[in-house]
Amino acid sequence: MLKKLFSVLALVTSASVLAAGGHAVHLDKAPINLHDKESLQRGAKMFQNYCLGCHQMEYQRYSRTFRDLGIPDDVGMKELAFTANKVGDFIKNSTPKADLARWFGAPPPDLTNVARVRGPDWIYTYLRSFYVDPTRPFGVNNEVFPLVGMPHVLQELQGIPHKKHETQMVDGESKEVYVGIVADGSGELSPEEYDRAVADLVNYLEYTGEPSKLESHSLGIKVMIFLFIFFVLAFLLKKEYWKDVH
Amino acid sequence: MFKNFMSWIEYRMPFMEKMNLHVMQYPAPKNFNFWYFFGSLAMLVLVNQIVTGIWLTMNFEPSAERAFASVEYIMRDVDYGWLLRYMHSTGASAFFVVVYLHMFRGMMYGSYQKPRELLWIFGMLIFVVLMAEAFMGYLLPWGQMSFWGAQVIISIFGVIPGIGDDLTLWIRGDYVISGATLNRFFALHVIALPLVLVILVFLHIIALHEVGSNNPDGIDVKVPNEGQKFENNVSEKFTFHEYFTKGGKKIIVDAIPFHPYYTVKDIVGVVGFLIIFCGVIFFAPEGGGYLLEAPNFEPANPMKTPDHIAPVWYFTPFYAILRAIPDQLWGAILMFAAIILLALLPWLDRCKVRSVRYRSTLHKLNLVNFVISFVVLGVLGVLPATPTYTLYAQIASVAYFGFFGLLWWYSKNEKTKPLPVRLS
Repeated sequence: MLKKLFSVLALVTSASVLAAGGHAVHLDKAPINLHDKESLQRGAKMFQNYCLGCHQMEYQRYSRTFRDLGIPDDVGMKELAFTANKVGDFIKNSTPKADLARWFGAPPPDLTNVARVRGPDWIYTYLRSFYVDPTRPFGVNNEVFPLVGMPHVLQELQGIPHKKHETQMVDGESKEVYVGIVADGSGELSPEEYDRAVADLVNYLEYTGEPSKLESHSLGIKVMIFLFIFFVLAFLLKKEYWKDVH
Repeated sequence: MFKNFMSWIEYRMPFMEKMNLHVMQYPAPKNFNFWYFFGSLAMLVLVNQIVTGIWLTMNFEPSAERAFASVEYIMRDVDYGWLLRYMHSTGASAFFVVVYLHMFRGMMYGSYQKPRELLWIFGMLIFVVLMAEAFMGYLLPWGQMSFWGAQVIISIFGVIPGIGDDLTLWIRGDYVISGATLNRFFALHVIALPLVLVILVFLHIIALHEVGSNNPDGIDVKVPNEGQKFENNVSEKFTFHEYFTKGGKKIIVDAIPFHPYYTVKDIVGVVGFLIIFCGVIFFAPEGGGYLLEAPNFEPANPMKTPDHIAPVWYFTPFYAILRAIPDQLWGAILMFAAIILLALLPWLDRCKVRSVRYRSTLHKLNLVNFVISFVVLGVLGVLPATPTYTLYAQIASVAYFGFFGLLWWYSKNEKTKPLPVRLS
């Protein structure tokens, strides 16, 4: 039994040493807007087409997505839910988890809450930071998440991305400096369109992370207005009573 | 009809008699300021935690397999489940905000001094039980930070020589944190500790009403009746319960009935508090990652340690002391000492003057030192322990403990200002 404990502790220590090696990357601000229903619908479609094969949304139901995004159930079931039987089903795939773990080295994480774990800016930057790296199993690496096991699934949209270097004068010497990632133009989308598509997807992930956000802000404003009026009345009531004291 | 009913009750149970004693005819000093809102606010938050907690329990499933999913179910599928959950999670932090401010009020105005030592001790017990309650509650969503935060805090008990390993095993109910731990924490969080909390709050208030409320001037509002006259004594306008006048042996000066004067005043405080509280609930429930930490949106994974494990903000001042000490055992001892010293304040402070208003400059500076060291430790406890930060934490720890040592030293023969006869 003690052995078990030690093995767990050893694992914890080694994992924390590895984790401490993370490095900071500049993240681009994701241009998202939860009130943009069209963007959310495009994002949902992208998720179903490009992500659901390997990732899932274990905690989000189709019915909730349809209701919040303004998609009629029958249209949604026909256009978006390829693997579901019922509209109340969770957004899951049918790929065996063990196979996924074997193919990619680790099971692909659930994406329901990914925007709350990583933040929308991280996902937005990550999906635009794949680049060709022949040393990797799928031929691509990622600037934001080095050595990631995930292939570049959006390559048909973006084209083949390469790291771009420019010759610049640095401290009086001409050097090759990394300036960013540039696609080769073989994709279906222009660079601007690709950024827009990724933003739509991130918008949808931001929504699934916290569907209540759509509701909480409008309810919150009503509650605040009520409280401000209540505050004035409570203050006047106090003043009236305290005339006896002062 | 109603009158008959009330007298029927009164004959069998002294309901109005007790209401008069504790509410309508309870003499409260007339000069309570901003700092006196936090006692009633702590009660409000306690009620909020109990009520939202009951509703959360209706849909939460305390098992390692279902806990995380059931919280997501509450967030998505239960009507207004998100609101109940955010009220509860924000309420936990709000509880510590109001309790810390309530305690600081007591320190400023010497509310722990004789005859309020027992009242202070009950308060400290409430604080300790509250920390246990919050810690166990944080494990329940079964996220990454729930799991690893609990791992770190339970391992603190492991440094106790001889029994440490067995003790942590006993707390967890398993060799690692598991469903067994989750189940027992659930039981303690939803019934055992709340019950203890409510009883302690009851005792806290009974003890308060026995000795009476202190006030920003730190002088008594119930004085022995020696036939002396008090000009413009507002208390003459009101009827107070004979329990407080002791049949004319005491005169009540500058106090007013708790109800309606402080009930209407506390309502203003409550609404002011709710404006901030609801602002967080509706517009920033994660509190910038301090109230709900980002890794906690990922289910607990014993095979994957988060990059940086930080306890929730309300534990961080004490956690920073623990980390500042290179020796684990001494770190744990000093961390517990940091809390015990607070409980011993009534005996460490040997000054007869209560309020900071009439105490020495040295005391004022020392109180500032306490606030700064406590806040600095709180900030450092959130940050990773780099060598520089550890050094800062060591300095802040010395300052924190220095507060108590200095207080004990100078308070014996402290040069204080003359006390006023009447409340200002």
